[in-house]
Amino acid sequence: MAYGPKIIDHYENPRNVGSFGTQAEIKQRKDVGVGLVGAPECGDVMQLQIKVGKDGVIEDAKFKTFGCGSAIASSSLATEWLKGKKLDDAAAIKNTMIVEELSLPPVKIHCSVLAEDAIHAAIEDYKAKNGIPSESPAGAKA
Amino acid sequence: MANTPSSSATPKLPIYLDHAATTPCDQRVVDAMLPYFTTIYGNPGSRNHRFGWEAEEGVDKARRQVAALIKADEKEIIFTSGATESNNLAIRGGAIMYEKAPEGSGRPRGHIISCAIEHKAVLDPCKRLQKEGFEVTFLEPPKDGIVTAEMVRGALRDDTVLVSIMYANNEIGTINEVRQIGELCKSRDVIFHTDATQWVGKMPSDVYADNVDLMSFSGHKIYGPKGVGGLFVRRKRPRVRLTPLVDGGGQERGFRSGTLNVTGIVGLGAACEIAGREMEADAIRLGKLRRKLEESITSRLDSCQVNGHKEKRLPHITNISFGFVEGESLMMAVKEIACSSGSACTSASLEPSYVLKNIGVGDDLAHSSLRLSLGRGTTEQEIDYTIEKVVAAVKKLRELSPLYDMHKEGIDLSKVEWAHH
Repeated sequence: MAYGPKIIDHYENPRNVGSFGTQAEIKQRKDVGVGLVGAPECGDVMQLQIKVGKDGVIEDAKFKTFGCGSAIASSSLATEWLKGKKLDDAAAIKNTMIVEELSLPPVKIHCSVLAEDAIHAAIEDYKAKNGIPSESPAGAKA
Repeated sequence: MANTPSSSATPKLPIYLDHAATTPCDQRVVDAMLPYFTTIYGNPGSRNHRFGWEAEEGVDKARRQVAALIKADEKEIIFTSGATESNNLAIRGGAIMYEKAPEGSGRPRGHIISCAIEHKAVLDPCKRLQKEGFEVTFLEPPKDGIVTAEMVRGALRDDTVLVSIMYANNEIGTINEVRQIGELCKSRDVIFHTDATQWVGKMPSDVYADNVDLMSFSGHKIYGPKGVGGLFVRRKRPRVRLTPLVDGGGQERGFRSGTLNVTGIVGLGAACEIAGREMEADAIRLGKLRRKLEESITSRLDSCQVNGHKEKRLPHITNISFGFVEGESLMMAVKEIACSSGSACTSASLEPSYVLKNIGVGDDLAHSSLRLSLGRGTTEQEIDYTIEKVVAAVKKLRELSPLYDMHKEGIDLSKVEWAHH
């Protein structure tokens, strides 16, 4: 597949790879929201984690992705965009913005949709852990 | 020695490890072909002048070279456009020639036995015959990928007209029990065809010792040109007949009409002669390199497997699956290494390799599989580089993989409730 330079860059130098702890640890951490979306048999699994400060601003974001180059690039880009954003602004990130930024080919648009799903799922997880009422339909949870 | 140049220097990139797809044409083959383009350009069917006679001499020599490689009689070699055509001619031409009931009679025309992990050039002619009134059994090999005579024996029926089982598999390199299957078919008077595209020119072939009636092979897999191949058609005990697929001038004893591809045929002949001299040494050298490749990769990475039988396999093909990494990103990570993937995720279909699926490799592992096939030009330096690249690529992708984390934390991935999208 012929990819544009931005996808290749994120694939070769992925930003913010990692996790704020083991699966068991991050389940307990109230300051961390986790979005785990996709399924292995579909060929994509994204795990997006946000660390939220007391002021409701995302201090840090990390990802791990099992998937194609576009899926890795989409989630890598998402972590860059999430850092420093308020939760509501983060929730406003749309998959089309990711498509545009990375010049994703049409067959890979689902990767950007998955990244948007992961963002929402991580925010919802954080809200649920902290008793903040949800404003949008709940995303997938780990 | 501390600094062996073979392992420290970077080889010329990209590295070609896709010889099961095609091979470079040997320069000696090209040299043999060249005069037939511009000087000896006659039609071997022209019986009245020197131009035709000389071209015919070239074709006759090639026929002897091919026959010698597989221990056949030169009259038993039919030149075709390649192994796909040879397979079609053997299967379709054989089934229709030996059918038990004519088309439209309402009765089964006959029974064919083949295997689910054959090449598409065998599966598809079988499936077409199925639509036209033949019954076909596609044997399903076990996890080791080997088709045995016992499996064929279990499927044989009184109305079986043809058995088509490949000599060695193109994706996993496993070698079937061809000689025993041939013996069985002979004892039951059933025509036996083998697609030997990955075998001929790589390993010693003996069509009579193997009890083969029809055998397909190709030029471009054995350092010959593309667009030429052949079909061995047995002429004694029994004399095998075929219904031709192409009618016309009656060339190739009527089996395959059309002006002969003289340059290609001369090239195929030269490639067979070279193979006859060099394949044994090549097989020993490439077998060592392949084992080094397999052993180094599987010893340095957990959760990976070599697919198919560990010993009954071609020296130059390996197929390795890597857990917890995804196929397309794996191919991107090893882009300096030209090889094939078990994944079809870059194409329109999301189906992974049917060969791997059929031998019980799960969809996820099938997607993240690499077929690496070595050839005459492959060097140890290239293999050393490939080992480092593949190991680094898989490690990098596992660093990125949430599935590998979960696996290491002891989470059973099959028990996780995934959010399907």
